[in-house]
Amino acid sequence: MKRSSVSLAVAGALALLPVAALPQSAVDEIAKYRQQLQDGNPAELWEARGEELWKQKRGPKNVSLEGCDLGKGAGVVKGAYAELPRYFADADRVMDLETRLVHCMVTQQGFSFADATRRPFGSGSSRSDFEALAAWITAESKGVKMNVALAHPKEKEAYQIGEKIFYFRGGSHDFACATCHGENGKRIRLQDLPNLTEQAGARLAYTTWPAYRVSQGELRTFQWRLNDCFRQQRFPELKFTSEASIALTTFLAHNANGAAFNAPAIKR
Amino acid sequence: MTPRQPFVLLFGALLLAGCATLSDEEASKRALEIMKASFAERGQAKLDRLEQDEAQKLCSKPPAQALPKDTAERIEKANLAAIRYPADGKLLGDWKSGERIAQSGVGMQYSDDPRQPAGANCYACHQLSKQEISFGTIGPSLYQYAKLRGSSAEIQRYTYGKIYNSNAFTACSNMPRFGHKGILTEQQVKDLTALLLDPESPVNK
Repeated sequence: MKRSSVSLAVAGALALLPVAALPQSAVDEIAKYRQQLQDGNPAELWEARGEELWKQKRGPKNVSLEGCDLGKGAGVVKGAYAELPRYFADADRVMDLETRLVHCMVTQQGFSFADATRRPFGSGSSRSDFEALAAWITAESKGVKMNVALAHPKEKEAYQIGEKIFYFRGGSHDFACATCHGENGKRIRLQDLPNLTEQAGARLAYTTWPAYRVSQGELRTFQWRLNDCFRQQRFPELKFTSEASIALTTFLAHNANGAAFNAPAIKR
Repeated sequence: MTPRQPFVLLFGALLLAGCATLSDEEASKRALEIMKASFAERGQAKLDRLEQDEAQKLCSKPPAQALPKDTAERIEKANLAAIRYPADGKLLGDWKSGERIAQSGVGMQYSDDPRQPAGANCYACHQLSKQEISFGTIGPSLYQYAKLRGSSAEIQRYTYGKIYNSNAFTACSNMPRFGHKGILTEQQVKDLTALLLDPESPVNK
């Protein structure tokens, strides 16, 4: 834990760098800055809290999440995230990590759905259990090759629906996910945009979420990433663990298959 | 049970297991149903944002499925006809105000105050002036726009029209239809037209 506080201080100091000095090639400097950030990742703090939450007896039934099956058997966390989303027979639907966690909180710990989903994303002292749990659970897949199967018909369908949502244009600005993430080598302002329609881009992007966002001082999950993309897309708010969010995640995660999972990461 | 029924049932089961994927049309329909159930209205972003007009519907295809030429022309024709040019005939506003609009990324998000004027965030996708190095590359560079194209009456009309409704000239353009969709006011579109065409604008320096 000692290392984490040092990491925080380092990340904080580095965050000031690129704004203060934008030299000849701003893009090169930003790449250097991102490289330097990798040295210390405050995500460790979320990971530690997530592990505690997983093992703690909680909820009206006072049980831990250790009986939760993330797809590889009850309590098996190692490598589980690299195979999500997937079809779960006990719920007869495809679930991503957060949806599965909610399912376990409701069916095993006895929380109501409303109580379980009260705080999907944290803000300062109002912390989200999902961000902590996701940090720990995803860290347990670090280095594991992404392997999201489309074996079950419902997995195939989720992928197909996810692809449709990716290309769906709407809202005041006619934006689809594809508007920003459909071509190689594009950026918004100075931010590089991964092309999520190709394997290389999908792999790079998907395997680096969740991530500690230096600009927000928060660890953000893939559900958050989708939620905030749709805000900027000028859509209404994407509901936490909604069917659209799971379908889109299935589409993107499957496109990243074969790449070694590499999160929680750290981003600007 | 007639002798044929088990075969029918078996065939049905095989269908479900083997090719459960939906037809393209069914998938589009299902995706929309799922989206309507998956988004919640918040602030100014209501669920009607998911109601697609014809252009949005036709432009929701992967690039591999190239838009047929006649469809593209139909989109462009309909959008061109929908452009409303200013009644006073003046297309050039104030480029300084245009620069502020080009820098601002707020507007129409559920997190934005609807009482504040929206920006156009041109720099998110285009290079415009030489001073601003934080620009995106989704759209082409517009630096020296008028130096390269001149600022004749036709160019003024095209530029105003392009900002007002990009799909009038390029079907399925990535650029928002700022006037057509009510993102910007007529005066704001004029100010952006001036940013591109005024010889004093940093775009043309």
